[in-house]
Amino acid sequence: MGTAVKESWNSRLGVILAVSGSAVGLGNFLRFPGQVAQYGGGAFMVAYFISFLLIGLPICWAEWSMGRYGGERGFHTSVGIFNAITKHPLGKYMGVIGIVIPISVYMYYVVIEAWCLGYSVNYLAGRMNFEGASGAGAFFAQFTGIGANGSGLGFGGISQVGFFLLLCFGLNFYLIYRGLSRGIEIFCKYAMPALVILAVVILIRVLTIGTPDPTQPQNSINAGLGFMWNPNKVVLVESTTDVATGEVSLSEKPIFGKAFIEEAEAAAATNPNLEIKRIGIVKQLKNPQLWLAAAGQIFFSLSVGFGIIMTYASYLSKQDDVILSGLAACSANEFCEVALGGLITIPAAVAFLGAAGAVGGTFALGFNVLPMVFDSMPAGGLFGFIFFFLLFLAAVTSSLSMLQPGIAFLESALDINRRQSVAILGFITGMGTLVVVYFSADLKALDTMDFWIGTFLIYIMATIQIIIFAWVMGIPKGFEEASHGSTISIPRIFGPVMKYITPVFLLTIFFFWASENVFGYNLITGESGSTGYGRELFGENPSQVAWLTVSVILLLTGFVYLIVNSSAYFRKNSHKSATEEVKL
Amino acid sequence: MNTGGWIIMLLSVGTVSTLFAWCIYKVLSTPGESEHLHGFEIETPDEKADKESK
Repeated sequence: MGTAVKESWNSRLGVILAVSGSAVGLGNFLRFPGQVAQYGGGAFMVAYFISFLLIGLPICWAEWSMGRYGGERGFHTSVGIFNAITKHPLGKYMGVIGIVIPISVYMYYVVIEAWCLGYSVNYLAGRMNFEGASGAGAFFAQFTGIGANGSGLGFGGISQVGFFLLLCFGLNFYLIYRGLSRGIEIFCKYAMPALVILAVVILIRVLTIGTPDPTQPQNSINAGLGFMWNPNKVVLVESTTDVATGEVSLSEKPIFGKAFIEEAEAAAATNPNLEIKRIGIVKQLKNPQLWLAAAGQIFFSLSVGFGIIMTYASYLSKQDDVILSGLAACSANEFCEVALGGLITIPAAVAFLGAAGAVGGTFALGFNVLPMVFDSMPAGGLFGFIFFFLLFLAAVTSSLSMLQPGIAFLESALDINRRQSVAILGFITGMGTLVVVYFSADLKALDTMDFWIGTFLIYIMATIQIIIFAWVMGIPKGFEEASHGSTISIPRIFGPVMKYITPVFLLTIFFFWASENVFGYNLITGESGSTGYGRELFGENPSQVAWLTVSVILLLTGFVYLIVNSSAYFRKNSHKSATEEVKL
Repeated sequence: MNTGGWIIMLLSVGTVSTLFAWCIYKVLSTPGESEHLHGFEIETPDEKADKESK
């Protein structure tokens, strides 16, 4: 080793906050509540907690244990760590995925981070006064450049994203340049408690909203909580017949509150076109889509499968705990997701906009629906600023973690110092981000990268991780490795779970998910859609932007592969002397 | 929100909050947590490298 200096964490709480900071992101506050509401509160939570035990915790513990194992042998990325465990050249090539994922995710995640910062600054400047849904939508379209390619990267003041993007890029690389303990750890030590405090402030405000408009008593915070958490759903189904064609179409409207349900029942009794449908928790649990959604939420929320946890854990020594630390990081993420995120977004949206207004994906909910909520709320500007600043903090703690594997890889493989590694990684991610932010029409580049990297490759990486831990390293050795220096033990039941259930569960979900999203065929419903990310590349009308985005990913993969192939650093299974190896 | 909703919400929020609180308590009450794991970095890695090379 030449110029690269060995790094380390400063305290156990610091590493836990850094790992939980990596996991806590937009998904906790925007994606999770939307999923719970869509699939029915009670049933979704049952599937969610089961998935946490069968997928989340096992992969998390595997990552922490393998990371520390590799770190003791002088490796800080998945390339070296897999090489050290498998003792086979194939290991380091599989580890390439663990470098490509975080670097690529950073390329588009920093753009979303810039949106959050931009929104919070615009709230602070008092520029977020909208007149209805179209106003909020127009601002989002202008700010992100969703309308046309090239319109997203502007530097014309705070109403465009360019300035914020530069600021976020600068902040991330400044912190990463400062090193593990002086950069990431210190930032997370302040940012994570600040994030929780801001979320609690917003939570108190939301829970004390009551019924904002007395003329619309069905839109209240109580109805919003019911929309999310009620185990049994009551839906009013209205059938309308087209006079010309004779076709019958059905529309469903969720009903909340005893009085409104009774009112709907009375209406249904007199009107043959209306029908009340009650969907119980057991019936909802029989829906395979619900299980896919719950497992997917756990999987992405905990940030397992990125290779980041392995890198973070590699800076620990054999005396440092990994089992309790892993559990603590997971619990911090779950707390932010269920206890904070689960009580803020959807209930607030229902209280102000009604059940129909509280629907949409992550971006629609966060950047279209919530601004309308803050617009209707007294002192909404202040709370809008707090909420988007909270999202910004959550995003920075995540994006920071995505740079560390790349930095560690470049420094060890090329034997360069921090200035050089920061410059190289800054150039690579800068080019990728430029592609994402330039091809902003329909957020195509961002969406494509998120799909192939942020979802597809992460499934692959997580499957590789659990198989290497449970089958190559082996459960007895893996558990023994994890137990060194640990305050608590992994319960024995997790042995068979990690060996059989987790890989099977993971592969099953991946199979169903890939069938629908890559090939456009839903195996559960049998429906064949006209879309699918695979068809964008190989269908009748391939998307040029999708191809360009995939080319960026392939270029990066080739670059990392070449370095791995030529670097002498990864030709060894360990960088410890024979005596040290025996002691380990 | 109906009774079932309250139960589900309180159980979910209570479970994750209790787990989180227990983990934090366990981490902070473990002897040696306040000690540095490996020593605090007071310089950036490059500053350190520059100093060592001089």
